[in-house]
Amino acid sequence: MEIPYAVQPRPDTGIYNAKIGIWLFLMSEVMLFGALFSAYVLLRVGAVPGEWPHGWLNVTLGTINTLVLALSAITTLLAWVACKTRQFAKFKFFHACTLLLALTFLCIKGYEYHDKWIHYEIQLTDGRIADGHLRENNPKEDYVVIEGRYVTDEKDLYDLRVQKGIQTGEIKIPRAQIKEMENYGPWHNTYLALYFTLTGLHALHILGGSIVIGYLWGPGRRMWKTDPERFTNRVEVSGLFWHFVDLVWIFLFPVLYLT
Amino acid sequence: MSESHSVDFKVYLRRCIYVFIAVLCTTSLMICASYLPHYSWTVKVALILAVACVNAFIVAGFLMHLLSEKKMIYTLLGFTAFFFAGLMGLTIYAMHDMPAGTSFH
Repeated sequence: MEIPYAVQPRPDTGIYNAKIGIWLFLMSEVMLFGALFSAYVLLRVGAVPGEWPHGWLNVTLGTINTLVLALSAITTLLAWVACKTRQFAKFKFFHACTLLLALTFLCIKGYEYHDKWIHYEIQLTDGRIADGHLRENNPKEDYVVIEGRYVTDEKDLYDLRVQKGIQTGEIKIPRAQIKEMENYGPWHNTYLALYFTLTGLHALHILGGSIVIGYLWGPGRRMWKTDPERFTNRVEVSGLFWHFVDLVWIFLFPVLYLT
Repeated sequence: MSESHSVDFKVYLRRCIYVFIAVLCTTSLMICASYLPHYSWTVKVALILAVACVNAFIVAGFLMHLLSEKKMIYTLLGFTAFFFAGLMGLTIYAMHDMPAGTSFH
């Protein structure tokens, strides 16, 4: 038995099955990200004044990623338009662009994650704090080397935007002087826990969307020969998901990088 | 992405260029707003989020074709908006619902 309205829209709603399905899925996604955003609001407002990090993320890289994702949303739309106008070569080109842009986004995000992963806050026995990027940490040596600076109060590390011209240099710290050493992973503080959770979940969506787009660009494109209308619908549905992922980033960028 | 559109590649390409320029402008505005001196954090956040909403409207309206979607989609969006508002509203309500003698800080 053939499933009705798999390709043609239902006369009463004007929508085909997959489209209503993806919209229902996107609505549930709104609630998923909404719950995380509300957790952010609660924890941000409840934070002790002066102890919420500012300027910890690279705004330039965040801006580049915003534009990369916006461009990929546009190429996704153009791929669908190419299918609609029966220009398969253009579809292949624009979908390939989307994939490359998605990869670029993930590479930049990976670089940002790595930057946080090698960034350490080291509490010393004399009460000072050494903060910076780890350069040497050989367990056989009795010292670690970071590229960073010393501060006397942990509060000096929170708001980096008001501190102009921070001087950093190579610091060699004997292991005997280290009281505690922790990198800027999700366990470091509430802000980083939220940052990694929100951007990590978003990056997983990018990865999932890329797999679907990659499938439609690769093995899935065989359907174009047998049922081009249904294939076009698939491209449309994957495009709607991709635009949603872009929408989430539009709010993630200002919330995490700018406020 | 409604079926009712008369699909013309050049028209869409032009629209996409406008959308990209708009996204570029709104992103720049958000960054500028975050560096505004003499304004409180609350005002800055409100301004940045307002610009982000404009940015989201452009993407959803033009790229997702939400400006010309079917009634069914708007109905679903209405339900989502209701529950999303409830989610955020309950969060804000919970922030002020502290046990007697306690506070956030």
